[in-house]
Amino acid sequence: MDFPLELLINAVIAGVLLGGFYIAVTVGISIAFGMLDIVNIAHPAFIILGSYIAYIVNAQTGLDPILAGVLMMPVFYVLGAAVYQVYYLSFERRGQEALRGLAFFFGILFITEVGLVLVFGVDYRYVEASYVGPALHFAFIDLPYRLLIPCILSLVMLGVLDLFLSRTFLGRAIKAVSQDQGALALMAANPIRIKRIAFGISIATTALAGAFLIIIQPVEPSVGREYIGRVFAIAVLGGLGSLPGTVIGAMLLGIVESITATFYGPSWAPAVAFGFLLLTLAFRPSGLLGR
Amino acid sequence: MRSWLFTLVCIAVGAITYAVMRGVHSEYLFVAGYVVLEFVVLATAWNILGGYCGYVNFGSAAFFALGAYTTIFFHKAYPLPIPLLIALSAVVSGIAGLGMGYLTLRLRGAFFSIATLALAVVLQTLVVNWDYVGGSRGAYVIRPQALSAFGLTIPYVEYLFLLMLALVVIAITTARLIERSRLGFGFATIRDDELAAEASGVPTLRLKLIATTLSGALMGMAGAPFPYYIGYLQPASAFGLEYAVNSIAMPMIGGTGSWIGPLVGALLLGTIQQVATVTISSAVNLLIVGLLLVAFVIIAPNGLVGFVTQRLRAREP
Repeated sequence: MDFPLELLINAVIAGVLLGGFYIAVTVGISIAFGMLDIVNIAHPAFIILGSYIAYIVNAQTGLDPILAGVLMMPVFYVLGAAVYQVYYLSFERRGQEALRGLAFFFGILFITEVGLVLVFGVDYRYVEASYVGPALHFAFIDLPYRLLIPCILSLVMLGVLDLFLSRTFLGRAIKAVSQDQGALALMAANPIRIKRIAFGISIATTALAGAFLIIIQPVEPSVGREYIGRVFAIAVLGGLGSLPGTVIGAMLLGIVESITATFYGPSWAPAVAFGFLLLTLAFRPSGLLGR
Repeated sequence: MRSWLFTLVCIAVGAITYAVMRGVHSEYLFVAGYVVLEFVVLATAWNILGGYCGYVNFGSAAFFALGAYTTIFFHKAYPLPIPLLIALSAVVSGIAGLGMGYLTLRLRGAFFSIATLALAVVLQTLVVNWDYVGGSRGAYVIRPQALSAFGLTIPYVEYLFLLMLALVVIAITTARLIERSRLGFGFATIRDDELAAEASGVPTLRLKLIATTLSGALMGMAGAPFPYYIGYLQPASAFGLEYAVNSIAMPMIGGTGSWIGPLVGALLLGTIQQVATVTISSAVNLLIVGLLLVAFVIIAPNGLVGFVTQRLRAREP
């Protein structure tokens, strides 16, 4: 049997596209966990929430799911800021974020998932859009639009965030808050306000990531659990708080998952992310581009 | 109270519980009671690592399922009596806990927690793809109707209930023993300030490894009789999220400081869930657990036990 080169190339390309989407999923965690030190394990739950909102809007009004995701970003920003406020008042201020803060986010994750099950049931939901079905073809290479569009838009979102973080005062303040809160306070910036804004942004990205998710695959409430491993694997693999690292980590995971799914069957794919995560934690906890 | 006396009291309370439940003549009571006791063991086991050392384990379901699947494995290979299976499950899950801890415990606490989440998914994927233990189709375990020993015949559910009762006694006496030993004080130093503990010569890594091993082993023991209880085991039920969330919520709601907290939390929450499953629906009862967990960590950080002791102290002049 000769080696299926075409299959391999297609798997790698699908992996790159998938990796692009993983950037959108992970960038929020890179901010929340990497820069703010908030272990928001409920991040995927917000993504699923975003998917369901895109689904409702799409089903009710026929509006494009990605546009719905963009429109929902301010709402998610407010939601994120509110969650941070509760988190700060209840845990961070009392220095209890390690144990109870984690339990708090775990509770949110759980409530969101069960709430969605109660409202929508466990059926898979999907959206209608002109680009969900067709694909671009070059020779033997397939580029499905449902992967291509989220990938490109994810890169755009990452670029905007990177510009914001490196060029504006607020963005630099967010980067600074992870390094030295006291020094930031001396620069006349309130660290708590900065953190609230940053966490709001982190959750706002999930509105768009959720819309991408439901374009790529049908969604049911427990899908989020698979993404817990993915987002943390990528964030840790790339190096916490590093946006370029996030891109590398996401692409790497996307390619390896896609190859695994193509050659060994999709039922093994979830273990890849977590295997990656465990290996990274065991051998290089600071990640590829870690500080 | 002396430890041997405490153990005797525990056994006596267990015996009385069984006698009273026997008197009611309802098999359902044992079916429901088994689940509540199972959660007592899980909550107590979680608290050894979470409450005493301050390391959050999100992978209780993984250790529980490891116990359950150890039973399935040996059930297929060679039928052994359940108490022996419980011991084997304890060894398997304990080793898993040790390995897990060795990989991640040198890092910050948050990484350990994330890695435990990862462990659950990796194990579930392995089990789904492993045909010998049933794969994603699941595996059947035919249990006998009744058990005869020493000339007595009791229904099998009661036998399982008694086994779980024994596990509860083991778990609680272990937890209490730890609290009052050097080990427990070592754990407390890790929880309060790991860096200072390390600097004072406390062997933190070794203590943490002991905690993960003990905690994992107890969770595995709780899972071992599960296939016989449920009759049909599939990955989704063994790795159910309700085990992870309950084993965190119960100690948090009861209070994480001592062995009483998980016991109170598990009895209370376990009973509420059994009632809610029958009267409302099983999805709603999980929602209740989630809401209670969030409410308690915000409002009563020391749980019910902490809340009550605070009240009692405030009343003293």
